[in-house]
Amino acid sequence: MSSTSSGAMEQLYQQLILDHARERHGYGLRDAADPSRVGESFQVNPTCGDEVRLRVELSPDSGAVSDLSWEGIGCSISQASTSVLSDLVIGAQVSDVVATSDRFSELMQSRGAGLGEEAEDALGDAAAFAGVSKYPARVKCALLGWMALRDALIKVSKGE
Amino acid sequence: MAPVTGTTATAVDTGGHTLTAAELAAVRADFPLLERTVRDGRPLVYLDTAATSQKPQCVLDAEQDFYERRNAAVHRGAHALAEEATEAYEAARAAVADLVGVDAGEIVWTKNATEGINLVAYAISNATLGRGGAAAERLRLRAGDEIVVTEAEHHANLVPWQELCARTGATLRWLGLTDDGRIDLDTLPVINERTRVVAFTHASNVTGAISPVGPIVAAARAVGALVVLDACQSVPHLPVDLRALDVDFAAFSGHKMLGPTGVGTLYGRRELLEAMPPVLTGGSMVEVVTMAETTYMPPPQRFEAGTQMVAQTIGLHAAVGYLAELGLDGVAAHEAELGERMLAGIAEIPDVRVLGPADGADRLATVAFAVEGVHPHDVGQFLDDAGIAVRVGHHCAQPLHRRLGVASSARASAGIYTTPDDVDAFLATLARVRPFFVEGRA
Repeated sequence: MSSTSSGAMEQLYQQLILDHARERHGYGLRDAADPSRVGESFQVNPTCGDEVRLRVELSPDSGAVSDLSWEGIGCSISQASTSVLSDLVIGAQVSDVVATSDRFSELMQSRGAGLGEEAEDALGDAAAFAGVSKYPARVKCALLGWMALRDALIKVSKGE
Repeated sequence: MAPVTGTTATAVDTGGHTLTAAELAAVRADFPLLERTVRDGRPLVYLDTAATSQKPQCVLDAEQDFYERRNAAVHRGAHALAEEATEAYEAARAAVADLVGVDAGEIVWTKNATEGINLVAYAISNATLGRGGAAAERLRLRAGDEIVVTEAEHHANLVPWQELCARTGATLRWLGLTDDGRIDLDTLPVINERTRVVAFTHASNVTGAISPVGPIVAAARAVGALVVLDACQSVPHLPVDLRALDVDFAAFSGHKMLGPTGVGTLYGRRELLEAMPPVLTGGSMVEVVTMAETTYMPPPQRFEAGTQMVAQTIGLHAAVGYLAELGLDGVAAHEAELGERMLAGIAEIPDVRVLGPADGADRLATVAFAVEGVHPHDVGQFLDDAGIAVRVGHHCAQPLHRRLGVASSARASAGIYTTPDDVDAFLATLARVRPFFVEGRA
């Protein structure tokens, strides 16, 4: 028996995804240096019960994400996606983070078509999740951490 | 009078024994969907029958035949078509009643089992508000009353009771489970003199465990509590005699028993249905309507407001006919073999744990499992890539999963059309899941 049909599993579960699912960068909630610059969000995927709690801390001028940490349970896609997100977001300008998040959502909605080389290059390691967009039932898994990030950024901007 | 469809199924007669390869092939030939392929031409291995069953051709034909030749509103109008449609609708009710050993007048059509359980809960709610007159007295809840469920319940047999308690001030209590997912009879004393309703599943949609109905009903009877049985998973797979089980209400869904979606059944003991105030109100369920007030039809019509799912009841009639011709003892024997094969195979695979009873006694061929270190979504995705359809998630039973120490699981479930080869394909692919995700690419 062949290992999988036409290597679809290898395309979906890129080595980078499996590695991040095991390593989970940014995992473990960290206390903030200044609680007034922190936003936290809890998101759950009601179809599978997967959940993530994600905390962001902004720089003193609120222009950049100075720290991000998270905890959660979920499938390799959701765990790896949030892990990659941590790498991309910590230290980045908030405006760039929002743009990356939008681009990643767009990639997930592309139904396997992708965004083209240039746009995907700009996503860095998050482009490895392109294969997820072929499986509508899994898109929510890849977006779970990103939804939490957007919600946490809104909360910190409102001072919640 | 045109012949009533639902008696025209030409199913294999199992004679109560497990199926031969030839009989199984004949059964499968009745299910057109099983011929299709998925994911780049893989033959479909359908192991999600506990979620919904596939439908034999006779069910599809019965629905089509109804629309082509007899479509009319039922229980209204006196023209020829209306008569035929009404007769077919009532014949379907009689067939379902016969399947589960009760009278046709005790069968209420619902959209699905969820609606059936909610119907009971809302009728109790309405009685508690004073509706239904003196007859509904025995349904009224009072301060201090308790409702008992179990930790094994599908949300459909838990949330309606939580809501009923919230509306009436009754207290919800529950029977616990053993570590292998069976209802723990040591917790039976939870049922006490304050208990008014005991609602529990006949067979778990997750663990496949068949509940010890006798002791639970006896405990309920001893304190005068009503018994509501969620029979969704049992009626399609086992011979079920609701009268012999001595339950007051039972709900099950057409789509899990080879029938269409959109039709389900609520059984209610006749005197209880007669005592129940209506829930949904409107057309078709009334006697005399004035601007000020209304009197209601006797059951079951009292609970069937508005235009009903007539074609679906006729499809379900065909499904019941098909199951009856197969013989549910034969269905059970066939599926028991598949269940044993699944359990024995899973036991051979390292780091895969069955959530539920590990042996084949008193259980269905519905097997939830956890692959150590691999999330159920990933397990399901890997199986799907090989054309194998299983359910992943919490299967609408979050408390049960929590009790078993997991957030979610994967579940393989067999039906009458499932083959030993299906089970073997599932087991062979399942064995490759952990190596793929955890031990590095082979």
